[in-house]
Amino acid sequence: MSSTRPNQLFRNKSAKIAAIPMIVTALFVFVGGTIWTVVYSFTSSGLLPRLRWVGLDQYERLWATRKWLVSIENLTIYGLCMLVLVFVIGFILAALIDQKIRFEDTIRTVILYPYALSFVVTGLVWQWILNPEFGVQKVVRGWGWESFTFDPLYTADIAIYGVLIAGIWQGSGLVMVLMLAGLRGIDQDVWKASRVDGIPTWKAYIFVIIPMMRPVFITTLVIVVTGIVKIYDLIVAQTGGGPGISTEVPAKYVYDMMFQANNLGQGFAASTMMLVTVALIVIPWAILEFGGSKRHD
Amino acid sequence: MTDTSSSMLNGPQGPKPRKSFSRRNIFLYGTLITITLFYALPLYVMFVTSLKGMPEIRLGNVFAPPLEITFEPWVKAWSQACTGLTCDGLSTGFWNSIKITIPSVVLSIIIASVNGYALSNWKFKGADLFFTILIFGAFIPYQVMLYPIVIMLREIGLYGSLGGLILVHTVFGMPILTLLFRNYFTSLPEELFKAARVDGAGFWGIYTKVMVPMSLPIFTVAMILQVTGIWNDFLFGVVYSSPDNYPMTVSLNNIVNSTQGVKEYNVNMAATILTGLVPLTIYFLSGRMFVRGIAAGAVKG
Repeated sequence: MSSTRPNQLFRNKSAKIAAIPMIVTALFVFVGGTIWTVVYSFTSSGLLPRLRWVGLDQYERLWATRKWLVSIENLTIYGLCMLVLVFVIGFILAALIDQKIRFEDTIRTVILYPYALSFVVTGLVWQWILNPEFGVQKVVRGWGWESFTFDPLYTADIAIYGVLIAGIWQGSGLVMVLMLAGLRGIDQDVWKASRVDGIPTWKAYIFVIIPMMRPVFITTLVIVVTGIVKIYDLIVAQTGGGPGISTEVPAKYVYDMMFQANNLGQGFAASTMMLVTVALIVIPWAILEFGGSKRHD
Repeated sequence: MTDTSSSMLNGPQGPKPRKSFSRRNIFLYGTLITITLFYALPLYVMFVTSLKGMPEIRLGNVFAPPLEITFEPWVKAWSQACTGLTCDGLSTGFWNSIKITIPSVVLSIIIASVNGYALSNWKFKGADLFFTILIFGAFIPYQVMLYPIVIMLREIGLYGSLGGLILVHTVFGMPILTLLFRNYFTSLPEELFKAARVDGAGFWGIYTKVMVPMSLPIFTVAMILQVTGIWNDFLFGVVYSSPDNYPMTVSLNNIVNSTQGVKEYNVNMAATILTGLVPLTIYFLSGRMFVRGIAAGAVKG
């Protein structure tokens, strides 16, 4: 690598050829595609993309559309609940599994398998389990509690929580695995020291271990949040956005506008808003993680 | 204090286990077993439902075990269930998914591994910049790039075909796979690379004769990651293929959520299991490799 050869362009030629797919992807698809969409979100594109400028019209219309507002509200509810619950459940599970238990592999395998399944499969299974005629509601009624009602997928106000159950079932295993890796990375001496100091275990977790696991928490947070913003297939499979529009989400709004309503401009504006949301999370994280000090590489 | 003896015995470390029926243990295992059952339940429900006949489903509940086992729903889901337009079951979707997954996995792994190798051993000026863009690209919501890619594929005549979908999977698999391979190749001892250089091997020679044979575990991890990821994809399947070559996830959704006719829950659940079978098999066979694949994506983000 450090040898000096005359011709700069053809130096290391094979490596440059090997990197062509990466360069094309990075420049044309990722950068080019993103700029293209942002630019066209300021046009009145309908069935086909056209460069007829309308300023911020698409955005004004977007924020005046009830379906979009419902989508944002749902994403916020789903996102916040998902974040809190997935972290709490994932961490507690990891802490329990970290107690040198028996059958660790079996338990971990069972908790993580939903993550190997697609969102479509996840959505359809939970649609079936939450079916009021045959599922949980019927079982509890069969036990003698005749007035028991539990039909989230058929009640507009709480339908998003029905999706949340499926989301947690699918995603908490991932958080558990990452947290467990973090816990295993902590020096045993820390535990010994806290025991010597007579700190109760739960206090040691909250005040010593969790602060030490900050990097793991932050990486997990970024992964979980970017996953939440993308949520689409789960909704399509489990509720189709219904009842009514009560479980619509931004990613579905984008798809519907682009490929069903022939309203490309709205689709572009909505997807740009999704991009902004992700950027607000990823950029501060990247500055924190990579900006301050250059890591060895 | 017991460090040496325990490592010699290679037994469990840490403090001496307490009595097995202590209150702590009952609480611990009680909680874990309850949670494990919650996670296992949907898989059980899928199987049980798919083995019942419709009359039994109408009378019972989703958790009841089948009184009379029938495999008819499986047969129907595979070859007769209606997707709205046609009634040839999931089999078409299954074969489409195979035709999509195998080339996508092979192509994306070849490209990403060569790329990761170039980035770790043959760094050239500007390489890191493109790599950084690539990694940040992984965070951009797919929705932003959805339509520009439609245009690109239309320009090269691949829109709506299997080839186009394969290309899309290759492109979107690139960030995570390149990261995976780059990190792995960087962790290999540099002396190996230098020795091969001294022996006169070039870029491709070192890749095929030194790097690939030494990296079979990471290739397995990449394969697991890609097969499950591509098999489970729904969005790209809907957008970039046409009804003739819809992948299995899309046909599954069309079968279950199509509004015509009487709902056959047993057929639906059989179809759902069939779709989940490939990733589940890989998951249960691969064990820790699967976990490594997820962790690889997470370690350095």
